[in-house]
Amino acid sequence: MTFALPAIFAILTLAGAVAALVLRNLVHCALSLVFAFAGLGGVYISLGAQFAGLAQVLVYAGGVAILIVFAVLLVRERDEKQDHTTIRWGNLLSGIAVSTLVFIALARCILSSTGLHNAAPTAPVAEIREIGTMMMSVDILPLEIIGVLLTASMLGAVIIALKEARR
Amino acid sequence: MTLDILLLVSAALFTLGLASSLLRRNAILVLVGIELMLNAANLNFIAFWRFSAHPEAFTGILFVLFSIALAAAEAAVGLALIISIHRFYKTSNVDRIDRMKG
Repeated sequence: MTFALPAIFAILTLAGAVAALVLRNLVHCALSLVFAFAGLGGVYISLGAQFAGLAQVLVYAGGVAILIVFAVLLVRERDEKQDHTTIRWGNLLSGIAVSTLVFIALARCILSSTGLHNAAPTAPVAEIREIGTMMMSVDILPLEIIGVLLTASMLGAVIIALKEARR
Repeated sequence: MTLDILLLVSAALFTLGLASSLLRRNAILVLVGIELMLNAANLNFIAFWRFSAHPEAFTGILFVLFSIALAAAEAAVGLALIISIHRFYKTSNVDRIDRMKG
């Protein structure tokens, strides 16, 4: 059971990512992206990182995916048919070639390196209380910086997306 | 589930994100590809934390938490930029946004 659960979630994640890559309809892409993000959260939880998994589900499947759906609705093309007919085969083939080469390089590195094939050690326990203590003591500076960065980026996003005032 | 299988899953997810940002012409799907690549990196952090010799340090989990916060900020600014560009060019096709092309 401990073997099967992360594998199922990993397959769900990859299936969602493939669907987001190949589907034509933008709304379908965004919805399959929810599956990919939630599956990744499931992988985290089944690997013992409960807090990171819950944060993944809340922020990605709950926040970022909804943001993407709203952006898709706001950025509707008036002539969607036109985009779909103009497939440039040169771009398509070179993109597929680059992606395949990157995957082959990564897979060769992973499979040829030693020390990665050990059996799983006993599952570490990540207590949320201990994570909070670490975050408020050792990592207090990154936490504050992330807070400032999130505030600044949200204000910046609102200002960028605002309509420009008429002169 | 051993570490190398998790790393292979992460490599596949990274490749799918790279393909999505290279092949799709819609700006939103380019951003989605970038998000998928970030998620693949996060999966690597969690996998190395799970199989590390000192998992009680929580370094991987804390890094992933900060990375998720950064990705959320990046997605918000990126989508705001796409909406603003769409208002100006009336398109979100990245091939047609070529005013600064040399």
